[in-house]
Amino acid sequence: MKKTYPIEVDCAACALKMERAAGETEGVAAAGVNFMAQKMTVEFAEGSEPGETMKRVLKACRKVEPDCSIDF
Amino acid sequence: MTRRQKRTLWRIVTTAALLVVLQVLPVEGWARFLCYLAPYFLIGWDILWKALRGIVRGQLFDENFLMAVATVGAFALAVYSGSGDYLEAIAVMLFYQIGEWFQSCAVGRSRRDISQLMDIRPDYANVEREGKLHRVDPEEVPVGAAIVVQPGERVPLDGVVTEGRSTLNTAALTGESLPREVDAGDQVVSGCVNLTGVLRVQTTKAFGESTVSRILDLVENAASRKSRSEDFISKFARYYTPAVCAAALALFLLPPLARMALGLAGEWSVWLYRALTFLVVSCPCALVVSIPLSFFAGLGGASREGVLIKGSNYLETLSKVSTVVFDKTGTLTLGDFAVTGVHHSPFTDAQVIEYAALAECASSHPISKSLQKACGAQLDRDRVRDIRDVSGQGVTATVDGHAVAVGNGELMEALGVAYTPCSGVGTIVHVAVDGAYAGHILIADQIKPGAKKALADLRAAGVDRTVMLTGDNSAVAQAVAGELGLDQVYSDLLPEDKVRQVEDLLARQRPGKKLAFVGDGVNDAPVLSRADVGVAMGALGSDAAIEAADVVLMDDDPGKLAQAIRLSKKCLGIVYQNIAFALGVKALCLVLGAAGVANMWLAIFADVGVMVLAVLNAIRCLNAPK
Repeated sequence: MKKTYPIEVDCAACALKMERAAGETEGVAAAGVNFMAQKMTVEFAEGSEPGETMKRVLKACRKVEPDCSIDF
Repeated sequence: MTRRQKRTLWRIVTTAALLVVLQVLPVEGWARFLCYLAPYFLIGWDILWKALRGIVRGQLFDENFLMAVATVGAFALAVYSGSGDYLEAIAVMLFYQIGEWFQSCAVGRSRRDISQLMDIRPDYANVEREGKLHRVDPEEVPVGAAIVVQPGERVPLDGVVTEGRSTLNTAALTGESLPREVDAGDQVVSGCVNLTGVLRVQTTKAFGESTVSRILDLVENAASRKSRSEDFISKFARYYTPAVCAAALALFLLPPLARMALGLAGEWSVWLYRALTFLVVSCPCALVVSIPLSFFAGLGGASREGVLIKGSNYLETLSKVSTVVFDKTGTLTLGDFAVTGVHHSPFTDAQVIEYAALAECASSHPISKSLQKACGAQLDRDRVRDIRDVSGQGVTATVDGHAVAVGNGELMEALGVAYTPCSGVGTIVHVAVDGAYAGHILIADQIKPGAKKALADLRAAGVDRTVMLTGDNSAVAQAVAGELGLDQVYSDLLPEDKVRQVEDLLARQRPGKKLAFVGDGVNDAPVLSRADVGVAMGALGSDAAIEAADVVLMDDDPGKLAQAIRLSKKCLGIVYQNIAFALGVKALCLVLGAAGVANMWLAIFADVGVMVLAVLNAIRCLNAPK
């Protein structure tokens, strides 16, 4: 399952960091951040619950980029 | 400007003012140090804070950490050497912040501009209830509902006009500035703007399936497919910063140690300063920001011209296209076939056409449609039974109890019917009734008005081979190709032959060059997906084409392709300029810094300056070359 979320992030390098952090989160098969469109696309791993997973994704992203936000 | 951007601007202005005041203030010693500490913390507290957090969490090597190390180092050096030159450290932080601020504003602004460009989302639909108009969310309108579109409003859902007459502006969808006339019975596509009269429309699709949703979906997801250049940059960014840090450390340690080994003075502070200069140029921001921005602007610019490109990767491929393969019908020709004659028939012309039209009544092929049109009257499908489609040959059916076969020469041969070949140029449809030859119908297609210019434009845009594939006979194919000046023609192809032919052409491509296939989206999905770039034309209202293609030309002007290729070349040119420029300047700074020629001032000016120029350059992608 693939979902797209609006995000807020200030700089392009930070967006790259978020992309990596989200991709390594448990329950995420693949993640992409589009800095220009301010969107994050998350492909969830088989059997993972999107709501719970996104909480973990946000936490992981906040760790690398404290100012970011994800709307989910 | 957002609130954060405003706040940063204030910090920048205040810091700059403070620095000017401090230049004339006669303070010395520790007082001077403390005086300079104030603007330093004012401008840099967030970076220092983030750097600290990074260290605690093991996130070393980000740009905050590097800026913090470089400026704190410069401060410490000024204290240690007793020079009292604290200005440099603050200036580095100040210019870094100016750069970040500019980037955030410029990117945010072009992001909004481009998004606005693509904003064709209708806000509401007018539904009539008890004689009154109610504004409702388009998503709530069911299929088959009656809606009213007033002048100046956007058509919210796809539908058929039931009442009224108006002109529609399709510019947002097709880039075509000429308005389109609509009348009762015509299809209207969501996203167009109604210009003159009130229209009553019966919806044929729910909002989720309507053209506007599909296009928005496509546009929004476009930038998620990254190009090779973007991948390169994100990989590069991952290694660049640590590499520069390692180099800085080496620069700090190795030369003094070497000098000491040779019995010279270590000059630790000189080399520390040079190493810190290294750190200042370590941010890959210019590239990380400008490359995705170039692609985003390029996609936006293309969509303004009525060309939807499904991803940055296709924009990149498009710029390398050297071979364009056209499917003839619907791309180079109008696909609007007309019956031009009926020959060698024992029946009357009208009778032959009626038989043929009835036999073909289940088909949506342009040929069948032209037969149905020529027939004129509404076809009574109950008169037809046992329709059998013979792939690449035609159809057989039972019409009014007679066995009718309609198709090409091969079909006649397969049925053992002797037929008379035709000398005219066009598509020849042979008809056999009850096993006896009933003559043939000549159907001709017309070349699109802009096709010739489109091919000339393609050549000018760097395409060196144009190929036409068609299922028509070679006489028709040669006639069209000759008039348009195509390089190669392959005729009499079945749909599966087209795939094979394209694979053949792909195998013969020079390395690094790409092949584009242009079709009208009808029956050519396999070929569209097989080519390096599949281009569907005249896609307004055709869902299949939007699905299958990589690039969608919203109207049916083949000239748009050359325009798209020119835009992609411009865009990629800008990307390469930025990569070369940014890397070149950084490399130069590193070399000069290591040699001790460049100081921190130069390094930060180079870093910020390159980013500003690269961002401004990237925004040029938005404008298609004329």
